Formats: sequence, C-alpha cells, structure tokens
Amino acid sequence: MTDASPTPPPAVVSSAPLLEARGIVKTFPGVRALDGAGIQLRPGRLNALMGENGAGKSTLMNILAGVFAPDEGEVLLDGAAVQFRTPLESQQAGIAIIHQELNLADNLSVAENLFLGREPRGTLGLVDRGRMRREAGAILERVGLRIEPNQKVGELSVATQQVIEIGKALSQRSRVLILDEPTSALTAQETETLFRLIGQLKAEGVALAYITHRFDELDEIADDVTVFRDGSFVCERPFAGLSRPELIRHMIGRDAPVSPAATATQRRETVLSVRNLTLRRASKDSARRVDRCSFVVGRGEVVGLFGLMGAGRTELLEAIFGVHPQHTSGLIAIDGVEVAIRSPLDAYRAGLALTPEDRKGAGLILGGDVTENVTLACLDRFCRFGLIDEPARRRLTQSFADRLRLRTPSLRQPVRLLSGGNQQKVVLAKQLATQPKVLLLDEPTRGIDVGAKHEVYQLIRELADDGLAVLVVSSEAPEVLAMADRVLVMCEGRLTAEFARGAADEQQLLTAAFPDTSRRRIA
Amino acid sequence: MTDRPSLGARAAKLQAIAALVVLVIGLSLATDSFWTPDNGVNVLRQISVNLCLSIGMTLVIVAGGIDLSVGSVLALSGAVAAGMLKNGVDIAAIGSHLEFTAAGAVAVGIVVGLLCGAFNGTAITRFGLPPFVATLGMLSIARGLTMLWTGGHPITGLGETFGALGSGRFLGLPTPAWVVAGLVLVFAVVTRRTPFGLHLYAVGGSERAAKLSGVDVGRVKFLAYTLCGGLAGMAGVLVAARLDSATPNAGIAYELDSIAAVVIGGASLSGGRGSVFGAVLGCLIIGVLNNGLVLMEVSPFWQQVIKGAVILAAVAIDRATRTGGASE
Repeated sequence: MTDASPTPPPAVVSSAPLLEARGIVKTFPGVRALDGAGIQLRPGRLNALMGENGAGKSTLMNILAGVFAPDEGEVLLDGAAVQFRTPLESQQAGIAIIHQELNLADNLSVAENLFLGREPRGTLGLVDRGRMRREAGAILERVGLRIEPNQKVGELSVATQQVIEIGKALSQRSRVLILDEPTSALTAQETETLFRLIGQLKAEGVALAYITHRFDELDEIADDVTVFRDGSFVCERPFAGLSRPELIRHMIGRDAPVSPAATATQRRETVLSVRNLTLRRASKDSARRVDRCSFVVGRGEVVGLFGLMGAGRTELLEAIFGVHPQHTSGLIAIDGVEVAIRSPLDAYRAGLALTPEDRKGAGLILGGDVTENVTLACLDRFCRFGLIDEPARRRLTQSFADRLRLRTPSLRQPVRLLSGGNQQKVVLAKQLATQPKVLLLDEPTRGIDVGAKHEVYQLIRELADDGLAVLVVSSEAPEVLAMADRVLVMCEGRLTAEFARGAADEQQLLTAAFPDTSRRRIA
Repeated sequence: MTDRPSLGARAAKLQAIAALVVLVIGLSLATDSFWTPDNGVNVLRQISVNLCLSIGMTLVIVAGGIDLSVGSVLALSGAVAAGMLKNGVDIAAIGSHLEFTAAGAVAVGIVVGLLCGAFNGTAITRFGLPPFVATLGMLSIARGLTMLWTGGHPITGLGETFGALGSGRFLGLPTPAWVVAGLVLVFAVVTRRTPFGLHLYAVGGSERAAKLSGVDVGRVKFLAYTLCGGLAGMAGVLVAARLDSATPNAGIAYELDSIAAVVIGGASLSGGRGSVFGAVLGCLIIGVLNNGLVLMEVSPFWQQVIKGAVILAAVAIDRATRTGGASE
C-alpha cells in the first residue's frame, strides 16, 4: 500500500525538531539570496514564514525540498545531517513542497495524477487501474475531497487541485509539508476548508512550514513564526503573544527610517491620467486582477507603485499598455486627451513605454545584439525607401549607450552575455528610443546588484528631470521611498493608499500592502 | 557591410562553409567528373529549385514556424501555370476566353503560391492553429487540388519561351540559377535591412518581447507564410519550365530537403536564428552531396541513409558548439 496509513504518533508537541536548517548560505549570480538562514520544523506544529518579498523564504524552502543545494550550512532530518541533491531525494525522505504554481497535469485524471511516476502495477507490469482508483479514493477521503478519481484535474477548481497535491504528498508518507502561499488563489470558504485540513494534519503529527503574506491567517493556524529579512533569519518564536506591529518591525528590521526631507510638492502638469482601470481574469470566474484603479502621473514626476507579489502591479501596467485589451475597461488619457489603447503598438503611438518585469522573457530578444534590441520598437524611424538606414540606427544606439552609461564590449554583443544591470539599461534604452511621454517601469532593479541599482535610480531621476512622467513598480519598500515623489500602494488589485514624499515610512507602506479584511479601499 | 550578429550564428556559418569546402575537395579527389564546368552547371541547376523553396522556408523558420506544404504548393502552382499557358481560361460570366503569355503564366504560378501561403498564414495567425498542423493540412489540400486540376495526368508541351526559363542559359549559367540568385539577393536585403526582416528575428527570438515592443506579431507571421508560399509557387514554375511538363507528382517530399538545407545552414527550429545565405550553403551542401554520391555510383538507397546522417551530424555539431559558447 502506498496509502499513508502509518503515521507518526499524533500531536505530541515535542521540542525536538523533525527538520532543521542551520546557517544556510546561498548565492545566485550577483545576489546573495540567503546569508545564514535557518528554520526548525516540529511535528504537529505549523511554522509560519514571514518576510518581505526577496527576504529569502522561498529560496530556503527550495533548499529543503532539494531544488537548490546550499553553498554552506546544513540540513538535519531527525537530528542527522542530510543532503538532498534532487527534489526526488527530498521527497523520499518525507518532505513535500506545494508550490504556488501547482504541479499537476491538467489532462490526466485525479487518480493518474496522484500516482504519477509510481503507478501500481498488476500482471505483466501493466498499470492496475482498479487498484489505482481504489487507493486514490482512500487518499481523497483522507483529505476530505468528495470527487471522482476519474475526473480530469483540469476541470477542477484551483482549491481542489491544491488539496489533491496535498493528498499526493501525504500518500508519499510525507512527514514535512511546505506550503508556499497556498491561499493566494483561494476564496474565503476554500481557505477555511484548507485550514481544517491543516488542523487535521497537525493532529496527525505532520510538521508544516507555511509561507504567507496574510497576517489575519496566522491567528487561525500558526504555532510558531519565523521572520526573515534580507536572506537571514531574524527570529523564531511561538506565535502566541506576538503583536502585529512587533512582527512588522521584525520584518523591516529597524525602527522605520527617517524619510528624505519632503520636497515641496509642486503642482505638476498631468501627463498620464487613469480612471477606473479594471482588468478581469481571462477565466470564467470574472475576478478582478486590477480593480477600479484611478491615479495620475505628472510631468517630471516619479510615482512609485508599491505592493507585494501578486498584488496586481504588473497587471496594472499591462492593462494600461494594451496587453489584454479584451479584458480591460476604464479610461486612459495622455496630456488630457483620452486615448484608446488596444495593443502595445497603440500604446507606443500614444506616447507610452513599458519595461517589463520579466526582463529576459519579455523585455529582450536574448540572442539579439544591443543594436537590435535598442531599436526594435522604433525601426520605422530608420526607414528610407523601405530599407533601414544602418548607420543612423547605430548612431542612435550609441547615443543611448553613452547616455545610459552602458558597459558592453560592442554594440554587436548579444545581450544575453551582458550583466543584469546592463541588460536593464538596454531595455530602458529600447523604451526611450520610442520617445515616450510616459515611462512605465516594472521592477527595474530586480536581480541586479547594488551598484547597478543605484545607477538605475539615478537614471530614472534624470529622465524625470528631462520631463518624462515615470511610474515605477517595486516590491522593495526602501527603494520606493528613496526614489518616488509620490507612492501608491496596491493590494489585491486595488489601490489602498497614497503617500506624498516623506509622508510615509516602511511600516505604513507594508501595512497598506498586506491584505486585511477589515480595511476599506480608498477612493 | 552588415554582418548578422551573434557569435553562434557566425560559428554555425563557418562550420557549414568548412563542411562544403571539405566536401568539394574530397569529391574532386575521389572522382574525375566532379570538378568540371559541366558538372558545376549541373549542380547549380539541380539546387535552384530547393534553394527557391529554402529562401521562403528560412523566413518561416526564423519567425519560429515551419511550412510542410511547400512541395504540394509547388506542384499546384506549376500545374495551374502550365494549364493556363496551354489552355487559357474561359470566363463564363463575360463569355470570353483568356490566353496567357509565358510571363502571364509565371505570374499565375506565383499568385497561386501566394494564395496558398496566405491561407496558411491566416490559419496560423487568425485561427491559432499550430504551424505544423496548418501546413500539414495544406500539404494534403494542395496535392489534392493538383490532382483535380490535372486529372492525374501531366500537362506537357508548354512552348519554347516558357521552357527557356527552366533549361536556358545566360552567360553560361542556367537561367533558373540566375532567377534564384536574384531572389537570394532580394531576400537577403529583406531579412537584414527592412523592419519586416528584423521583426522576423524578434518574433522568433521572443514573441512576447516582440509584442511588447509594438511589433504586430500576427502580421509578421502572415507575411512570412505568404512569401514562403509565393516562393514555392516560383519554384513550381521553374520545375514545370525545366521539364516542359507539370506533373501532379512534382515536389513530393521537397519540404524535407528544404527544411534540412535551412537547418544545415545554421537556423534554429525554435526560431530567431538563421539566414538566407545559410540556406544557400545548406542547399549547396545537400546538392553537392547528392551529386557526388551519384558520381561515385553509390546506390540510391545508401544515398538516402547518408543524407540523413549528414543532417543529424550537422545539427548535433551546431548544437554542441552553440551550447558550449552561449551558456549564461
């Protein structure tokens, strides 16, 4: 039987951790993702991992799950040091991770998914479908799902799929279950069902790690809280008696810094004006990923858009930019004139430019060289009698390379060989080459090193001083506060707060950015 | 003076040139008849048709697609052009009969090809069919239409003017080679120096990035398939002219040689890489290899085996050198 009937003794709150990580260091090219991070997971208890985006929570969980190998530090299972080189090894040791993106095959049935890669065999080595169905039924019953094992997974809701993944993990005798923001796609009722299941698992002695951004969930399920900041472990303590301000203070790490002196808010000429912008999901559930957002950006102004991952920031920029015309509603005006933007081409024509968050996938043609990338969005300008004026094209690229201080051996260098910071400059140059009035920047400093970040900040400021209206999305509160003349905060598709420069600190930004059922939306 | 960028593409081209040189030297030493003017002309004549198809295939493959229908489109275009030339057409509505000159017949062939290509392009961009499926459908449709048009019999006796296009000579070289050389130059300029050409590479490199850069991705792909069809139409005319006959079985499996040539020339089937001159090299390699094997009296069965092995080796070597040099 692969069914997980033998489980550890229930609900003994022992102090000995089942799984422990100590002093973990993990470096990615250009970024130190984890620097001395650790965590302890105990049987029958749920440890909630809190921290800002980029604090290293997911990286640590991926190390526990065998996705990455740590550069330094050790992982202990039942007190003995272990090394997981692959996700399979970690799985076999009883550790399961449920990622935000679910790993189920939509085209297969529930039973087939539950037993994928370990299908029960009968005579002649053929798959024993009857047994597979029976055992699948037992697993579904254990996680409280009343569905047919033969149903296709693609026909089920996200919440159900998530529970199926949990069932799959349990059927592999998992003793440690890691959940990465499991409720981000669930309704209130589905969340409640999940929490009931979590309670049941705790009673069975499973050790749980739970990444979340939602404070209000902690009351219901958390036993311990571990806080991360900038890749290192800050503290771990029982949840009981921990107040929310205290938690946020741990996450920010210091008393909120004094913001730069408020510059007198000048009256600015409005360039971009957005009214009631709404983006509906493509699927039938008609949930709004961007919900009635209204704001303006003035000439020479840098407006920061802060929010956690999944708050809808990228979607907001894409909605403005005409990427999802059939699901977008609302009014956009440039220089006081309403414009209809049905495609990125319309957006460029209206004077908008966007640097996407996914630099490598959406911002650049990685195999192309610097010139190709910089001039891609404005090729028509170099056309004479249908042919491209190559010298003019190179001159323009060179002028942007100089202006943005691009470091590249030549303009023929394939951009995939450039550093992250220089790639970002190429993306920026491409947008500037279209001579926009409004620049939309989505996480322009993600994944680039500190020195390059400061250069990007400086460039953004110079561009604004030249008269551009700039809207910058960022999930790093200090960055937004340092860079922006005004900050908008977004949460679950809505704008929840607006602060003038110097009027807010990190704590206020974070408070507005975290989902909270009791908060009202601002106009 | 614009050399197309990217170390990988350049390395691939160098390899193809090296392979061609080795092949030519080897065959010159191994046989008496290879390195002769007559045989050179022969090879040029033989590769013209494949090269004509491969130019169009390059456009489609660079944009990240594939066109399996070129062989059938070639047959249909040739047959329609030949039929028009020989019998003219009755237009019932105005009760008159239209005759075609040789030039008119050529135009008809190209237009038929363009229409087939446009049909492919519409199926792919408007109805979202995968290129493999859409052009597989056209492969069958165009072949069936050819059979219907010809009744299964060759259309022969197309006249001297038309025949000269296939078997004539100009300045000592075969006419079809001149025609295709002209097309190579035109499309080399189109791919390197026009916005459409650069957009092909962008769409093939990253469709999403191209779209976000304001490129009309659908239009670029539509044009690529349409032009590919038009070039297949031209190839059909060349084949019919050379044989003085349009046969319903013309061009069967030509799409495979064409894809092979483009890939040997350094293009990537996942898009974004490849060039018209690469396709020229690929066609030369395949043409010289075919010719050499015949001269060396290798059995036709072994010829097929060897050709397949060369294609596999070319792509494997390209892949090995590219991932070695381009890892991030």
